[in-house]
Amino acid sequence: MSRDAENREQFRPENHDNEHFLLTTVVGSYPKPKWLNRANDLAEDPDSKFTEEHLHEAHDDACRVITNEHERSGLDTVVDGEMRREEMVEYFAHRIPGYEFNGPVKVWGHNYFDKPSVVGEVEYDEPWLVDEFEFTRDVASKPVKVPITGPYTLASWSFNEHYESEAELAYALADLVNEEIEQLVEAGATYIQIDEPALATTPDDHAIVGECLERIVSGVPDEVRIGLHVCYGDYSRIYPELNDYPIDEFDVELCNGGYDQIDVFTEPEFEPDLALGVVDVHDAEVESVEEIKENILQGLKVVPPEKLTISPDCGVKLLPRKVAYQKMENMVKAAREVEAELDAGEIDLDAPVQSAD
Amino acid sequence: MTELVSTTPGLYPLPDWAKQTLSDLKGHQKHDLISGNEGPDIVSAYERAREEVVSEQVDAGLDRVVEGQLRWDDMLAHPLTVHENVETGGIVRYYDNNNFYRDPQVRGELTFSGDVAAELDATADLLGDDDSLQAVLPGPYSLADLSTDEYYGDEAEFLDAVSEFLAGEVDAFPDHETLFLLEPSLIESPPGEDIDAQLPEAISAVADATDANVVVHTYWGALEEKVYAHLMDADVDGIGFDFVAGDRDQTFYNINEYGTKDDIALGLVDGQNTLVEDPATVRERVEWTLDRVQNKTFDTAYVTSNTELFYLPENRATEKLSALAAATEDELEVEA
Repeated sequence: MSRDAENREQFRPENHDNEHFLLTTVVGSYPKPKWLNRANDLAEDPDSKFTEEHLHEAHDDACRVITNEHERSGLDTVVDGEMRREEMVEYFAHRIPGYEFNGPVKVWGHNYFDKPSVVGEVEYDEPWLVDEFEFTRDVASKPVKVPITGPYTLASWSFNEHYESEAELAYALADLVNEEIEQLVEAGATYIQIDEPALATTPDDHAIVGECLERIVSGVPDEVRIGLHVCYGDYSRIYPELNDYPIDEFDVELCNGGYDQIDVFTEPEFEPDLALGVVDVHDAEVESVEEIKENILQGLKVVPPEKLTISPDCGVKLLPRKVAYQKMENMVKAAREVEAELDAGEIDLDAPVQSAD
Repeated sequence: MTELVSTTPGLYPLPDWAKQTLSDLKGHQKHDLISGNEGPDIVSAYERAREEVVSEQVDAGLDRVVEGQLRWDDMLAHPLTVHENVETGGIVRYYDNNNFYRDPQVRGELTFSGDVAAELDATADLLGDDDSLQAVLPGPYSLADLSTDEYYGDEAEFLDAVSEFLAGEVDAFPDHETLFLLEPSLIESPPGEDIDAQLPEAISAVADATDANVVVHTYWGALEEKVYAHLMDADVDGIGFDFVAGDRDQTFYNINEYGTKDDIALGLVDGQNTLVEDPATVRERVEWTLDRVQNKTFDTAYVTSNTELFYLPENRATEKLSALAAATEDELEVEA
């Protein structure tokens, strides 16, 4: 059963012009400013006078800049662009006792990642993201969304030396994510997104992800919005099972495939809110406002406007920064125009997308 | 008495320095990957890395030494991605792993290449008088399965062409003691009825091109009964099984029902987990496994990791080599 998704109204801006409200958001990552990459290199160089403290200051500055960039684009909810994170598994593994690192492993060609090993029981020590959240919340004037790598992905993309099975490891990690969310909620977080890209590669494990989510949301108040992001998969293999997930919103990449899978979600009725990817993050060409509006209409085939959230396909960190910004700006413009057209009754909700024939 | 021989299926991780050096020299994009005609800096970095992994195996005491296949950016698809009549398409997933390779699109006749033979020549030079060289190739079925045929137009004809191509490559190899043909596709995407009867012939053609002992090594599960029965008709010395990730009962059923070859490869060390097995535990597993095979004494049992080793960080891959070598030593004490 989906959670009660009535919690989206809290994100409607006070001065919102339209009666309809399509919540606009991002998945999380954003291109790092060049100077931040240089700062990272300097901090790693033992001969440089650039210290960890200086790097922390640079991260703060980058978070200010990118949060502001999100706000300028007009988004209703913002993220710090994950300026403090290098990689989505490593960042968390470094903060969880029980993990160790042995060195890089190949993904493809000469692209590697420091795939960590779980060598003992995973435990919750210091909060992972609370400082990051509090900083962003203090510099932002819009509500802040917090993306967290999900336990299934943290388990699948690690070597498991300790637990009986990958599922056991995922459940143990899910309990830690639950603890982290509790801390975040206490600090005032209202919008949490669980990232589970690994589900797309092993869709047969959807029940394990479901059990993880049950553990994650246990005790989390209904007014806290919980999203799940999955990308680049065959969604027919996890639908309609995902209707049973205890989430408010399912965030999915579909623009990249030209919405060839959108019909997967139309039957049976889609239960959570849909956060639909409407710009492609692997194409440096900026979609026009008109084009994005067409993409938004695809979402209306699955859910009514009051259940539709607008988002890029995935994190935009691989795009040139200017392109990333332009995509967000056009995305927000498109959402506002579709809202106005909905207000004016110009969109037929029974057949939002004109058929090709 | 079964002779225990420690070995690996090859495809090692690059040493960490080489990951960095080669990534700087080659770049990170699709078009930066190995082409078969690398410049001198890249060639010399690979030579240095090859020397390292060969010495590591010798130092660890492995009975068979592989080249390491460090240049195989596209893993088992490598022999085709560097072929002159093959174009590389998009990046595609490598079986069920979080690894990707360039789709080899065969656009012309699969003529002789010599790419792998050159690597083995260099390895044979490093080994000198030592006759422990083991060659590694994808089996014809897996190589065809990992590729896209845009030239032959017929599945059977394509498998035949890939098999002939591999036989030609093997023919150019320097002297080697053993040839491992890696065939994970036999499990991951088993041949259908239209092609399975052709399997023995396709594999035999490659095996017949060498005087060495040939092992068809399979992993990521157990073979379907029918595929196993066909594989038994291939003219090879041994079949390799995955006893880590595999469905062991199905494997034992196949072996006890259809028999097996005089040699066997036991994938007993996990090529995809950093936990390093204790040699005594590996030896116990060897004996337990051999005991489960009824009415059969093998000439040779190759003790190996189930999969390629490139999934592991360098330090753990190296430790696994020592565990394999120690597990096959005669004087190893095993607690019953």
